[in-house]
Parts: sequence; structure tokens; C-alpha cells
Amino acid sequence: MQSQPIDSTDRVVHHASEVTHEQHHSEHPDYRVLGLLTFLVSESLMFGGLFAAYLLYRGGAAQWPPEGTEVELLLPTINTIILVSSSFVIHLGDAAVKKNDINKLRLWYAVTALMGIVFLGGQVYEYMSLGYGLTENIFANCFYVMTGFHGLHVTIGVCLILGVIWRSRRQGHYSNTKHTGVEMAEIYWHFVDIIWIILFALIYILTQF
Amino acid sequence: MTQTKPSQITVAGSVENTHANNGHSHPEKWEWYHYFWYNTDHKVIGIQYIVTAFMFYLIGGLMAMAIRIELFTPDVDFLSPEVYNAFMTNHGTIMIFYWIVPSAIGGFGNFLVPLMVGAKDMAYPNLNAIAFWLNPLAGAFLIGSFFFGGSQTGWTAYPPLSIITANTAQSLWILSIVCVGTSSILGSLNFVITTWKLKVPTMKWTQLPLFCWAILATSLLALVSTPVLAAGLILLLFDINFGTGFFRPEMGGDVVVYQHLFWFYSHPAVYLMILPIFGIMSEVVPVHSRKPIFGYMAIVYSSMAICAVGLIVWVHHMFTSGTPGWMRMFFTITTLLVAVPTGVKIFSWVGTMWGGKIRYTCAMLFAVGLLLMFVVGGIGGVTLGNAPFDLHVHDSYYVVGHFHYVLFGGSVFGIYAGIYHWFPKMTGKMLDERLGRAHFLLTFIGTNLTFFPMHILGLQGMPRRVALYDPQFAELNQLVTYGSMILGLSLFPFLVNVIWSWVAGEDAPDNPWEALTLEWQTTSPPAIENFDEDPIVTHGPYDYGIVKLNRTPAEVSE
Repeated sequence: MQSQPIDSTDRVVHHASEVTHEQHHSEHPDYRVLGLLTFLVSESLMFGGLFAAYLLYRGGAAQWPPEGTEVELLLPTINTIILVSSSFVIHLGDAAVKKNDINKLRLWYAVTALMGIVFLGGQVYEYMSLGYGLTENIFANCFYVMTGFHGLHVTIGVCLILGVIWRSRRQGHYSNTKHTGVEMAEIYWHFVDIIWIILFALIYILTQF
Repeated sequence: MTQTKPSQITVAGSVENTHANNGHSHPEKWEWYHYFWYNTDHKVIGIQYIVTAFMFYLIGGLMAMAIRIELFTPDVDFLSPEVYNAFMTNHGTIMIFYWIVPSAIGGFGNFLVPLMVGAKDMAYPNLNAIAFWLNPLAGAFLIGSFFFGGSQTGWTAYPPLSIITANTAQSLWILSIVCVGTSSILGSLNFVITTWKLKVPTMKWTQLPLFCWAILATSLLALVSTPVLAAGLILLLFDINFGTGFFRPEMGGDVVVYQHLFWFYSHPAVYLMILPIFGIMSEVVPVHSRKPIFGYMAIVYSSMAICAVGLIVWVHHMFTSGTPGWMRMFFTITTLLVAVPTGVKIFSWVGTMWGGKIRYTCAMLFAVGLLLMFVVGGIGGVTLGNAPFDLHVHDSYYVVGHFHYVLFGGSVFGIYAGIYHWFPKMTGKMLDERLGRAHFLLTFIGTNLTFFPMHILGLQGMPRRVALYDPQFAELNQLVTYGSMILGLSLFPFLVNVIWSWVAGEDAPDNPWEALTLEWQTTSPPAIENFDEDPIVTHGPYDYGIVKLNRTPAEVSE
């Protein structure tokens, strides 16, 4: 696979020209979004492993959840509604930056972060009011580790969103042509949301039957 | 001794000019101290990976020597049982996670993939550097675990053993594996995007060097399988430290769930360790046979097939774990299926060598050695993939013999072949071929002497992972220990060769092997951003004998 410019001597002279200098340091397009998506595919398989383990335990148990470790449904449902609607709110922020409206971006991202924090607060309240802890039985193990692990991801998502808001304070940091960071935070937030929907189905809905 | 006249390819002359007055902050070339610090150049990172991994190889090798000295006699007389277990566990851990995976994927992958596709660097240079620096951190955790007695469980860390022995050491072991796992995921996504997006536009997908295809397949596999191991290890960490019972049967948990999560990664890990090596083979064999590769597309498809089928064979490690009959049947079939694409590759390399003008350079010697031993290891693998046979030899030395043939005779020989092949490109210095041949001879004899008798020991019933064994196995064990000493000895000519050549070796021409892939079309070592302008690809990577090289014929004296 020898290349033409390399073994023809006249091209070597050409190398020194100014045109080549610019070519030489031309950056490739921004592939960060693509990288994040690839990473999230991988990340979702980590949750996949946890879900598979959960289903194996459920399949092997006589009663699921065991006596005394029932889950409540009202608070998690409200929490789910908050998290799912936050996915729409964050999209409004993304739409705003594409119209170059940075104030709207800040507003909608702040609302999303707030909804995320409310979700986390609700989660903590649920933990405290359930009346059983991590080590109670195998269901409690799964419940706390899976929701806790998801909560960790929500926390990271909130941090990313706050990071976007912090960075947007500088004039011109984000614009309709330059908003990869905004987009990445949004994608991550959608990911967290999708994982929650699966988690909600597995832990709260499937245990009702 | 292979010598070539300095080739006429003179991309070097322009390098200084190009870097003279641009705004970039990097120096014209890397000095030795640049290799010891955070650096985003894929070539520096590649060498950092290989050298770091080699250090771990030496540590893991010393552990293996200690284990073999212990096993020289049937009694426990050299190491205490706890130290023996810690050495056995960490020998496996280090060789897999700290030597073969980082050197083959991180090392050769990083150094070669951007060069081979004609890119200036990886898609995410910073992420690449972070992925590398996770390795020393992970190594620190692993070495730290020795201060708490070292993990006792073997590299599989099966509960309940991993829950009830050396808790702190086991937790550190888990953290270290999670670190290398993260590193592997970050590295893999970088390879996928780099190959996919940064390949020069003039290179067709059918002109992509097979090494890049192999790294692509490896990366996809790592992306899918590694996170599942992380999930399993996190659950194990909770069981050890926070009182959960995922793998404690008395609390409603199930140890077999761990085995599923573990082998869902760790069987594909076998392919993570061999697919890049297959890639190295596909580069080394045609160059030194002076013939186009036999069955380019067959090799590409077989890499992808191994990647796909490799994901659904993991239960063959668990035939004795109370696995139901239908599962044994299913996983026996899929396991035997993997042998097909592997066989395709073996025949492709043989077909490439057939009728070629073979140059017995050290790289080629190791490649041929690999071919021979991988066939032995592969046949052993086919026997083990059959559930009825596996039930009898499971956890015996037969298994140890098998996987050392594929991992040492396969992966390590491949890494050596890669080092002999690309050392001139990486360092700009030639290696000494005589010392290289001594190295090959010692390694080849040592490998067979060490690992072949293990098959017999296993068939006779010697269990693996023991320090104390029945005296009837003593003679063969002594033979194995002698073999391992030869393997230890074999490193001396290699180390002398590498260090001497690197410091004071003969300067390497740009293309000493007269290869056609892109990495040989730039200087040795390549300039910091590889190519002065995007190379234009005019022919396939293995068109030997089809394309006339535009240069004076090299003089090859054997």
C-alpha cells in the first residue's frame, strides 16, 4: 500500500509548501458524540449483566419479592413520571441552543437538573421509608444495588448538566454551530432515562404479579 | 541477517521543514523522557503499553518459576500454601490482564492502527492516554493486594472461595480488574471509531490491513463483553464487603450466576487475547513469504465470525457446574463451531506460505512456531469443548496444558513475532537476528517441554491449582520444571537483544522487510504526526509480486 506522494521525489518538494502545512494540521471532524454512543452501548451491557442476574434470581426464588420486602408503588411512579418528562425538558434546551438561544438553554437545563435532583431525593426518601435494608434478603440486595447503581448514573448526569450550565456562562462557548457538549449531556440523560424505564418494569411492575 | 540498502523512500527529508514553524507545541521528535509521562501520541502510548506490559510479564514469569520450583517435588517445601495460592492467582491475572491484553491490543493496536489506516493519531488521543494510565493504577492495586496476603482464588475468583478468603486482597484484586476493564473499554471504542472514521478515503475497506480488521473485531468483542464482567465483580465486591448475598447460597444467592457473568466476559477474553495475534500473523506471514495473503476476505469474515460466535460459547467452562443437558449440548455445538473460522485462518496462512519465497527472519520463525503450537492447542480445545470429555479432565492439568499452548504458544509467540517485525519501525533500530534465533530456539524448546507433559499429567488425573500432589506425578513434573527453566533462560538473549539494539543497534531503514502496508511508507521511527499529508492508497496491502516496488531491490542475505 505504498502511497504516491511518498516515493516520488517531486512530491517531497511539495511537502514544504504552505498549503501542506495547513493540510497537515487540519483536524478531523468531531467524533465525540459517536464515541459517547459507543461507550453507552458498552455501559448498557453492564446494566444488562445486572438485569440478567436479577432475572436469574427471580426465576430461582419461590416467592418474589419475599415476604416483608414488598416495594411501594406510588412514589416510584411519581419519580418515573418526573424522570421521563425531564427527558423532554432537556430536549427543549437542546432545541434552544440550535436556535442560538443560550438563555433558554440555561433555563431548560436548570429545570432538568432540578428534576434529576428531585428524583434522587425521592429515591433517598424511598430507601428510608421502606423499612428494610440492603442485606435483608436477595431481593433487597438486587433492589438496592440496581437502583443505587442507576442513582449513581443520575448523579453523574446531573453533574454533566450542571457542567453545561456552568460553561454556558461564557459568551460564545455554545452556539448553534458549536454545541457538542450540550448534545452529549442530553444523550447521556436519555440513556439514564431508558435504563430507568427497564429498571422500573423489572423491579416495580414485574413484582406485582 | 537481513540487511537492506537505505531505501529511496524519502519522506524523512521533509519532516523537519513541516514542523519548523507551525503553532503546535510538540517537539520535533520525542526524547526518551517523554515516554515516562502523560503523552497523547498513539506511538508513544503504544510503546508505553508494550514496555509496561513486559514488566508485568517478567513479574508474572517469576511467579511461574516459583510455582514450578514448588512443584518440582510432590511435597510443600518451597512456598507456603498461602503464597503459592497468591502466586498462582496473580500469575494468571497478570499474564492475561496485564501482559497479553495490554501488549497485543493496547501496544500493537495503538502503535499500528493509525499508521496502517493512514491517520495522524487515534480519534480521541486524550482518552487513549487516560486508558493507558489506568493500567499502572490497576497494577498498583494488584501489587498492593500482596500486602494483604494476595488473592487466593485463582484468576476466576469463584465464590464462595473468593468471599471467604483474604477479603481485603480480594477486594483490591477486584478494583484492579475493574480498572483494566475500564481501560480496555475506552481503548476499544477508540479503535472502533479510528478505524471506521479516520481511514484515509483512498483506502477501500477491502484494502484495510488484516491487523486492523482483527483489532476492530477484538474491540467490538471487548465493548460487548467487558461490562458484564464489571457487573459480576461489583456484585462480588458487595458480597465481600457489604453483607449482600448474591453469591451466598445460604442467603438465597447462587454461585452459578457469578460463573455466568464471569465467563460471559472471560471466554471472549480468550479471543481478545488471540484475535490481535491473528492480525499480527496475517501481517507477518505474507511479508516474509513474499506472497499475497491467501483468502483476504475469508480471514476478515472469520475474524467477525469468531467475534460473533465467541459470545455464545461461555458455558463450556461450566459443564461441571450442574449445567443441564440441553445447555451442554448447545454450548458443545457452538464451541466446536468456533474451530471452523479458526481453521480457516490457519489454512490461509499455510496457503500464503505455500510456494512463497520464505525469509526465515526471527519474526517469521515465531510466526511458524505459533502456527505449529496453535494447532496443538486448538486440537486440545476441540477435545475440551466436548462436554463428555470435559467432564473427565475438567480442573486437571490437561486444561492447563491446553490453555498454555494457545496463550503461550499462540499469543506470546505472536507478540514476539510482532516485536521482531515492528521493532525497526518502533525504535528505528534493527534487532540482532542471531540473538533472536537463540531466543526462538530456547522459547520453542522450553514451551513444548513445559506444556506438553501437562496434557499427560492431566489425563493421568493430576488436578490443577495444587501445591501438593501424588508422588506418581513427580517425574513428569520435574520435566515440566526443567522446561520452565529453559523458558526463563530464553528471556536473556531477548532482553540483551532489545536493550543493546535499542541503545546501540544498527539504524533501521524505513522499510527493512519491503512491506506494502502504510506504516512502512513513513520514516523509522515515524514522525510525530505520522504522514506529512494523507497517503494515497493505490493497491492492496498484500499485493506482493503484483505491484513492482518503486525502489532498488533489497539485498537479503540469510
